[in-house]
Amino acid sequence: MKNEEIVEKEKTPFREFWESFRANRLALVGLGIVFFFIVIAIFAPLLTSYAPDSQNLADRLLPPSASHYFGTDDFGRDLFTRVVYGARLSLWVGFLSVLGSALIGTFLGIVAGYYGKWLDTIISRFFDILLAFPSILLAIAIVAILGPSLQNALIAIAIVNVPTFGRLVRSKVLSVKQEEYILAARAIGMGDTRILTHHILPNSIAPVIVQGTLAIATAIIEAAALGFLGMGAQAPMPEWGKMLADSRQYLTDAPGTLFFPGFAIMFTVLGFNLIGDGLRDALDPKMK
Amino acid sequence: MTNKNLLQISNLSKSFESSKGFFRKVKNEVKAVDGVSFEVKQGETLGIVGESGCGKSTTGRLIMRLIEGGKGKINFEGQDVQSLSTKDLRKLRRDIQMIFQDPYASLNPRHTVEKIIEEPLIVHKIGTKEERRKRVAEVMDVVGLSPYHLKRYPHQFSGGQRQRIGIARALVTNPKLIIADEPVSALDVSIQAQVLNLLKDIQVEFGLTYLFIAHDLGVVRHISDRVAVMYLGRIVEIAEVEELFENPKHPYTKALLSSVPVPDPTFEKQEIVLTGEIPSPSNPPSGCTFHTRCNSCMDICKAEKPVLQQIQSGHQVACHLF
Repeated sequence: MKNEEIVEKEKTPFREFWESFRANRLALVGLGIVFFFIVIAIFAPLLTSYAPDSQNLADRLLPPSASHYFGTDDFGRDLFTRVVYGARLSLWVGFLSVLGSALIGTFLGIVAGYYGKWLDTIISRFFDILLAFPSILLAIAIVAILGPSLQNALIAIAIVNVPTFGRLVRSKVLSVKQEEYILAARAIGMGDTRILTHHILPNSIAPVIVQGTLAIATAIIEAAALGFLGMGAQAPMPEWGKMLADSRQYLTDAPGTLFFPGFAIMFTVLGFNLIGDGLRDALDPKMK
Repeated sequence: MTNKNLLQISNLSKSFESSKGFFRKVKNEVKAVDGVSFEVKQGETLGIVGESGCGKSTTGRLIMRLIEGGKGKINFEGQDVQSLSTKDLRKLRRDIQMIFQDPYASLNPRHTVEKIIEEPLIVHKIGTKEERRKRVAEVMDVVGLSPYHLKRYPHQFSGGQRQRIGIARALVTNPKLIIADEPVSALDVSIQAQVLNLLKDIQVEFGLTYLFIAHDLGVVRHISDRVAVMYLGRIVEIAEVEELFENPKHPYTKALLSSVPVPDPTFEKQEIVLTGEIPSPSNPPSGCTFHTRCNSCMDICKAEKPVLQQIQSGHQVACHLF
C-alpha cells in the first residue's frame, strides 16, 4: 500500500467539533427540542385547521378535547393553534434579536480590542453604561421610547444584549491579538483588514456562537416578559408571554391557558440552553 | 558570497516605557536595544547570540518594523527602512521574511497548510490561482513536505514539520533576507539538526541571506558565517565564526563559550562562572554594562562605555581591555 493511502481521513475543525458535540447526549436532546419547535413554526398552518385569532365566544375556556387539543382561551380561540403560531413569533424574535446584537457587538468588540486606545475606552464605557441597567428595565425603557410592539421589543432586546457580545469579543480579540501568528501575519506584509477578517475573527468567533445560542434562550424569555407586561406583542398576536398575561385571571377555570404557553416557553428555552452548553463544551473546552 | 552589504544597521536603539501609578505617573524606561550597529552581507549568515532579554529578538523585529519607534538607521538594499510609508513597508516585507521561534504559536490553527503557505502570495498579489498553487507545491517539496499534507491543519503535525511549514511560508515569496528568530530552540535536539541542515540547503539553493537569532552557541556555530554577541541591548563582540569561537576576546564571550557543554566526561574544562544575575535593563550599570559580572573589571569600566572597535580584520570588540 502506498503511503498516501494509509493516511487517516482529513479532520477539519468542523468535523472535530461535530464529533465532540455528537458525543454529548443532552446537547442532542436540546437540538431535538429546538428542531421540533422550528418544524412546528414552519408547518404551523398544516398542523391545525383553526386560525390563531379566530374567535368563537360560544366555546370559551373549554378544557382539552379531541377538537381542541389544548382547549380554548377566554375568547374561544383554539389554544393549540395559538401555541403553534406562537412558536413562529418567539423563534423569530429570538433569532433576529440575537443576530442583531451579535453582529453589532462583535463589530464593536473587534474594533475596541484590536485598535485599543481611545476607541477602546469609548466603546467599553458605552458597554458599562448599558450593563449598569437591569436588562429588563432597560428593555422596558427602550420600548417605552419606541412604543410597544413586538418589533420594538425585538429591537430593545437586541440593544440590551449588545454589550454581552461586545465584551466577550473584545476580551477574546485582546488575547488572540497577542498570538504569534498575528505577528507572523504582519511580518508577511498583511494589512489590518485581512488580519482582522482572516486571522482574528475566525479565532475569536467560537465563544460568540456559544453565547449566541444561550442568548436566544434569554431573548425568548425577555420577549415573553415584555409581552406579559404589555410592552411587547399586542393583542391579538399569539405571543406566548402575552398569552400568559391574558389568561392569568382564568387560572382556576382553565389552567390549560397558562400551562401550555408556559411549557412552550420553558421547552424552547431549555432546548437552546442545552445546545449552548453542548456547543461550549465542544468548541471551547477551557470555558467549562 | 559577495562583499555587498544587503542590510546595514547603525546605532539602532529602542526603549520601552512603562508608567506606573494612577495619579502620579512614574515613567520607567527599559532600553531593550541600545546603539546596535552591524551589517549583513549578501549571502552570508550573521548569527546573533545572547542571553534571554538581551534584545536580540527586539533587534530582529525592529528591522522589519514589527516594533515601531526604533531610533537609528536601517538600510536594506539602499532603502531607508525607517522612513518607508505603510505601503512601501508592506512591499519590503516581501523581501524580508521571518521564521518564528514557536512553531506551535506562529501558525494560525484554523488555516490549512495550503492556505498558510499561499497567503503571502495572496497578500502581495503574486501570480494567478494556478501559479500560486504550483509555487506552493514547489516550496513544500523544497522543505520536505508531501502534497497530501496540503489540506491538513497545523495541530496534525509534529514540531519539526510545523517549523518546515513556517520555513515554507517564509520562502514562498522568494525573499532576499530571512530573519530567523530562534527557529530551532523549541524543537527536540534530534530535529534541530534536520531543520538547521534544511536552512543551510535552501540558503545555497536560493542564495538567501540569514540573520540568525539564537541563544544556543552550538547551533550558531553550525550555521553562521559571522557571529555577533549581545549583552543588555549592546553588541559586545562581532567576528567571523571560527575566529570568535577559537579566539574570543570579550570577557563575556569567553564566559559564554566556556559554558558550552563538551560531550566528553574525561574532559576537565575550565569554566568561567559568571556570578550574579543579568542586570535589569531598566536600570543598567554605569559605564560598561557588563562590569558588575566581569572578572577583569577596571576602574574605567565603571565610568565609561566602551565602543566597538576593530582589533583585527573583521573582529570587533567593545571592551576597555583592548
